[in-house]
Amino acid sequence: MTCTEFLEILDDVLDESIAAETRTEIEVHLKKCGHCEVVLDTTRKTIEIFRCHEIYELPTDVSERLHLAIMTKCSKAK
Amino acid sequence: MSTIQPTAGQDEQHPDVALIERVRAGDLSAYDTLVRKYERQLFRIAQHITQNREDAEDVMQDAFLKAYEKLDQFQGNSKFYTWLVRIAVNESLMRLRKRRTGKLVSMDEDVQTEEGSVPRDFADWAPNPEQNYNQSELSEILKKTIQGLPQGFRVVFVLRDVDGLSTEETAEALGLSVPAVKSRLLRARLQLRERLSRYFKRTTPAASQAQASAKENGPQGNQPRANGVEA
Repeated sequence: MTCTEFLEILDDVLDESIAAETRTEIEVHLKKCGHCEVVLDTTRKTIEIFRCHEIYELPTDVSERLHLAIMTKCSKAK
Repeated sequence: MSTIQPTAGQDEQHPDVALIERVRAGDLSAYDTLVRKYERQLFRIAQHITQNREDAEDVMQDAFLKAYEKLDQFQGNSKFYTWLVRIAVNESLMRLRKRRTGKLVSMDEDVQTEEGSVPRDFADWAPNPEQNYNQSELSEILKKTIQGLPQGFRVVFVLRDVDGLSTEETAEALGLSVPAVKSRLLRARLQLRERLSRYFKRTTPAASQAQASAKENGPQGNQPRANGVEA
């Protein structure tokens, strides 16, 4: 497996939707290619960081105000 | 547009289905439950598209109201949340269009760029690199990093990787093909990784030494901050 081939299936590797035989090829490639190993690890970490940190918080008071506004509009609709 | 596959089997009913049935029968409290369940996610998506807090609040309200009014049109062959996101995405794009005084706005904006489709930075990251920053610094870094992506990449990444929608659901919510979602997701992930690498990469011994010596020699005025957010 080349680096380009690895990159083409990177998303499938990250999403763990890889066939068993391809998995072995990937493992062999990663053992000899430090660059691809870093790309895989750091991309995985990128996803994890964005998943674990809410960057657009909705404070409870704002959420309550919006919620009330939505439900008031809905009760008048239809 | 891809074919929409039913997301649940015959015997396995999504919990939203029963709530929707109750709303259709006139029970507004069931809609209240649905709004509470999804309001934060919808706000997040609207904020990522409009990049404006006031617009995001308006979009969230309008999307829930529109979904309520059009609930009869919801077929139930996709998840309610996917349908709701599609309404919110359209509302967000309409809002952007208003701000840009009628200029066409679509999910295809700026996606032709080849930037970041090939990794360039191969430096490994420090273990738990986010711990080198306080909460507000980290939040600024993440905001700045994701705001730098083309809109069409940003929203795919948020729906797929942050919200956890499947590729098919993301395609449906955005009105894109499955291959388009896959291609945008890969490029979004790689571009974000490349941009975060600037902040998170492991400091080499040489760089640490230079930093230590800079500290000993006093402030130089033009030294980069070790943990700060770049201007």
